[in-house]
Amino acid sequence: MLTLTHFLVLSAIVFSISLAGVFINRKNIIILLMCVELMLLAVNTNFIAFSHYLNDTAGQVFVFFILTVAAAEAAIGLAILVVLFRNKRTINVEDLDTLKG
Amino acid sequence: METILFYVFSTFMVLSALMVITVHNPVRAAFFLVLTFFASAAVWLLLEAEFLAVILIIVYVGAVMVLFLFVVMMLDVNLAELKSGFVKNLPIALAVALVMFGTIYYVVGGSQFDIHNFVPPERHAADYSNISELGKVLYTEYVFAFEIAAVILLVGIIAAISLTLRRRPNTRHQKIEEQVAVKSEDRLRVVKLEPQERK
Amino acid sequence: MFENYSDSQVYLAIVLAPLIGSIIAGVFNAYISRAVAHTVTILGVGISFVLAVFVFKYFAFDDAQIYNETVYTWLVSDGIRFEIGFLVDNLTSMMLVVVSFVSLMVHLYTIGYMSDDPGYKRFFSYISLFTFSMYMLVMSNNFLQLFFGWEAVGLVSYLLIGFYYKKESAIFANMKAFLVNRVGDFGFILGIAGVLMVFNTLDYAEVFAAANSQANLTIELIPGEQWSMMTVICILLFIGAMGKSAQVPLHVWLPDSMEGPTPISALIHAATMVTAGIFMVTRMSPLFELSETALSFILVIGAVTALFMGFLGIIQNDIKRVVAYSTLSQLGYMTVALGASAYSAAVFHLMTHAFFKALLFLAAGSVIIGMHHVQDIRQMGGLKKYMPITYWTSLLGTLALIGFPGFSGFYSKDSIIEAVHASTIPGSTFAYYAVLAGVFVTALYSLRMFFIVFHGEERMDHHTKEHLKESPWVVTVPLVLLAIPSVIIGGMTITSVLYGDYFANVVFVQQAHDVLGHLGKSYHGPLSMILHGIMSAPFFLMAAGIATAWYLYMKNPELPGKIKNSFGLFYDILDNKYGFDAFNEKVIAGGTRGLGHIFSKFGDIMIIDGIIVNGSAKSVAWFSSVIRHVQTGYLYHYAFVMILGLIGLLALVVY
Repeated sequence: MLTLTHFLVLSAIVFSISLAGVFINRKNIIILLMCVELMLLAVNTNFIAFSHYLNDTAGQVFVFFILTVAAAEAAIGLAILVVLFRNKRTINVEDLDTLKG
Repeated sequence: METILFYVFSTFMVLSALMVITVHNPVRAAFFLVLTFFASAAVWLLLEAEFLAVILIIVYVGAVMVLFLFVVMMLDVNLAELKSGFVKNLPIALAVALVMFGTIYYVVGGSQFDIHNFVPPERHAADYSNISELGKVLYTEYVFAFEIAAVILLVGIIAAISLTLRRRPNTRHQKIEEQVAVKSEDRLRVVKLEPQERK
Repeated sequence: MFENYSDSQVYLAIVLAPLIGSIIAGVFNAYISRAVAHTVTILGVGISFVLAVFVFKYFAFDDAQIYNETVYTWLVSDGIRFEIGFLVDNLTSMMLVVVSFVSLMVHLYTIGYMSDDPGYKRFFSYISLFTFSMYMLVMSNNFLQLFFGWEAVGLVSYLLIGFYYKKESAIFANMKAFLVNRVGDFGFILGIAGVLMVFNTLDYAEVFAAANSQANLTIELIPGEQWSMMTVICILLFIGAMGKSAQVPLHVWLPDSMEGPTPISALIHAATMVTAGIFMVTRMSPLFELSETALSFILVIGAVTALFMGFLGIIQNDIKRVVAYSTLSQLGYMTVALGASAYSAAVFHLMTHAFFKALLFLAAGSVIIGMHHVQDIRQMGGLKKYMPITYWTSLLGTLALIGFPGFSGFYSKDSIIEAVHASTIPGSTFAYYAVLAGVFVTALYSLRMFFIVFHGEERMDHHTKEHLKESPWVVTVPLVLLAIPSVIIGGMTITSVLYGDYFANVVFVQQAHDVLGHLGKSYHGPLSMILHGIMSAPFFLMAAGIATAWYLYMKNPELPGKIKNSFGLFYDILDNKYGFDAFNEKVIAGGTRGLGHIFSKFGDIMIIDGIIVNGSAKSVAWFSSVIRHVQTGYLYHYAFVMILGLIGLLALVVY
C-alpha cells in the first residue's frame, strides 16, 4: 500500500541528490541550473502528494504556478548565461568572482 | 500494482537524478534530466495529477529542456576544465546531502504521515477530469494569481529577449525607409569633365 | 515726568539713551557723518546725565524712597527668577552722576582728541555702549544683571584697548586684559553661583535680608576642612573685583590697557569701570560684613596694591603709564577702605578719584595732542608756557591726587588712612603703614611727572616745539569742568557722605567694624579736618614727597640717574614690575601653553583623533579587511552558506 511517506521520502531523496549536485558540479553553471530544476521537481512532487492525500486541488494549483515561474526562471537564467558567456567567454563559476570583496 | 509502479518509477527517477549530477557532459545530463522528468511525471500520474504530469512533459521536456540543450550546444564549453574538482567536492556533497536527507527524513519518516494519519483517497471514477477540476479552481478562486503568472511569463519572455538581443554595428541590413526616400539626384550625378590629355 | 521720580521710565531713559546713541553710531556707521555720530552719542549721554542729576538731587536732598523694581522677567527656572530690574538708592544715584558726568566730559573731549582718527564713529559707539553697560552694572538689582553689566563693560574695555586693532601691542594688551579679567570673572561667577546655592535667589534685597541667617553656614571644599560659606562667597566675589578693579596680582592688565586711546583711559581705566569692583563690594556690604576673613583679605590685597603699585609709578617714563600706576595705587586705597569696612570712604574716594583721575588723564591726553602723540615724558619739559590751561588744570588734579589739604583727594584719602588706623581687624596695622607710605610715594611720582612735563628744560625736538600750542576748546573745556569738582567736591560732600546719613540705607556695617562711626566722634567739619590734617603724618609725608620730587627733578636733575645706577637691583625689580609680567608670561601663560600642548598631543591628537576618531575608522577598516575574505565572489560559496543556513533553520524548526 502506498502511503504519503513513500512520496515524501522520494522527494527528499531527489532533493538531497540535487543538493549534492550543486556541490559536486560547482563549476558548471548549466548543471547547477539543472540541479535547481531537480529541486523544484522534488518540491512539486511533495505538493502533489499532499494534494492527493489531502484531496485538495490547491496543491496542484500551486505546482502549476511553480512550473510557470520555474519556466520563466529557466528562460531568464539561460539568457543570462548566454550573455555571460558572450562577455566573459566562460561559464566556469570559478572565473566569475566579480563580487569578491 | 501501484506500489510496483511507484518503485519502478521512483528508482528511475532517483537513478537518473544521480546521473544528472554525476555525468560530465552537460548534454547527457540534460537527457538524464529529461528521463527524470518522465519518471516523475509517471509518479505524478500515480497521484492522479494527470494534467500536471502532462504539463511537466510538455513544458519541461518539450520547452525548457530543449532550451537547455540549445544553450549547452551553442556555448563552446570547455568540458575538461569543468570536470575538475569532482572528487574533491564529493565528500562535502555527500555530507550535505546526507544531513539534508536526514533532517527531512526525521520529519517525514516517522509515523505522522503513514497510512493511519493519511488514508489514501478513493480512486476517482473514469469520467473524472483532473483538468476540469483544476480549471474550475484556477479560473475562479485563483484567477488573480493566474493572471499574475501570465504577466510573469510575459516578463520572462521580454527579459530573455532583451538580455540576449544585441546589435552588431557592422552588420549590413536593409534600411527600407532610406531606400524609399531616395531621390534621383542622390543616385546620379552629372559631372562635366574637361578634356584631358593622355599621359 | 520728574515729579514722579519712582517712575521706572526715567531709569529706563537713563540706561537706554546712550544705548540708542551707540546703536546709531555703531550700526549705521557707514551711513552717517562724523558730526551725526558725535551729536547722537553726546545727546544720549547728555540726556542721561541730566536725568541722573535729577535723580541724584531727588535722593540726596529730597530723601527719596529706595526704588527697587523689576522691569522685565527674562525667565523663571525652578523657582529662580532671572530678571532685569533697577535698584536705585543713594549709592546708585551717586554712581550715576559720576559715570554720566565723566562720560559726558570724555565724549566732548573725544571730539578734539580723535578728530583725525579714521575710527571716529566707531569710538563714539563704543564709549556710549560703555556708558550703557556701566549704568546696567550700577543700577542692577540682582546678581545676574550685575554680571551682565560686569561682562559688558569688560567687553567694551576689550574693544577699546584694542581700538587700534592694527597695532600689535594693542592687540596683545586687549587680549591680556581680557584674559586677566576672565580669571577674576571666573571667581565672580563662582561667587554668584555660591549666592544662588545658599540663598536660592539672585535678587539683592532677598539675599541681603537672608544674609544674617546664613552667616554660620559652612562648606567643605576640601574634605575635612569646614570653611565659612560667607567667607568663600565673599572672597570669590572679591576675586571678581580684583580682576575688574586691578588689584594685585590681577592688576597686570591695567598698565597695558593704556594702549587704548587716552579718552577711554580716562573714562574706563581710571574713572569708572575699574571702580566697578569697589562699587560691587560696597553694594554687597551686608555679605562682606559677615566675614572678617574676607575683609582682612581685601585689606591686605588693597594695601599691597596701594603701596607697591605706587613705587612702579616712580620709574615709568610713559606719561599715561605713570597715571595708570597711580590709578592702581588709588584703587588700592579704595580697597583698603573696603577692607576696613569704611565703605562710604571707599565710595567717597571713588567719586573724588573719578573726577581728578579723569582730569589727569585728559590733561595727559591734552599734552599728548600738543606733543603730536609723543608719550615719553623724557621728551617733554617746560610745557607750562605753551599749554597754560592744561598746566593749571593738571596742577589742580595733581594736588587733588596727592591729597593736598583742601582738595577733594585730601578728604577722601585722609579719611581712608584714619579709617584704617581705627580698624582692628587682622592686617590693619600693615595696611595702615602701607597707605601711609603710599602718601609719600604718591606725592613723589605725581610731582615727578608734573615737574618733568611742565617745568625744566625743553627736551622736545625742534619740529614739535614749533607746533606746540594749547589744545582746542573741546579738550580744555572738559579739563576745566573736571577741575572744578576735583577741587571742591570733597569738602562739599564729606560731611554727609562719610559722617552723615547719605549711605545709611545702603551700606551695612557691623558695630564692631564701624570705624567711620568711631571717626565721626572727632569730626567737626571740613575746615577743622584741614587744620587737623596739616599737623598729621600724611601731610608731612606728602610734603616730603613733594620736596623730594622737587629736589630730584628740578634742583638736581642729575641725581635720579645716579640713584638709578647705585640701586640697580631695586631699579631692575621695579622696572620689571616685580616680575608679575614675566611670571605670568613664563609660568602661567607658558604653563597653560605647555598644558595645552600636552592635552593637544595626548588628549586630542592621541586619544580623540588617534584612538577615537581615526581608531574607530581604522578598526572598521581592519574588521572589513578581515571580513571581506568571506566575500569570495564564488557562487558556490554563497550557495553553500545558504544551504547551511537552510539546514540550520530546518534543524531549528524540526528539533
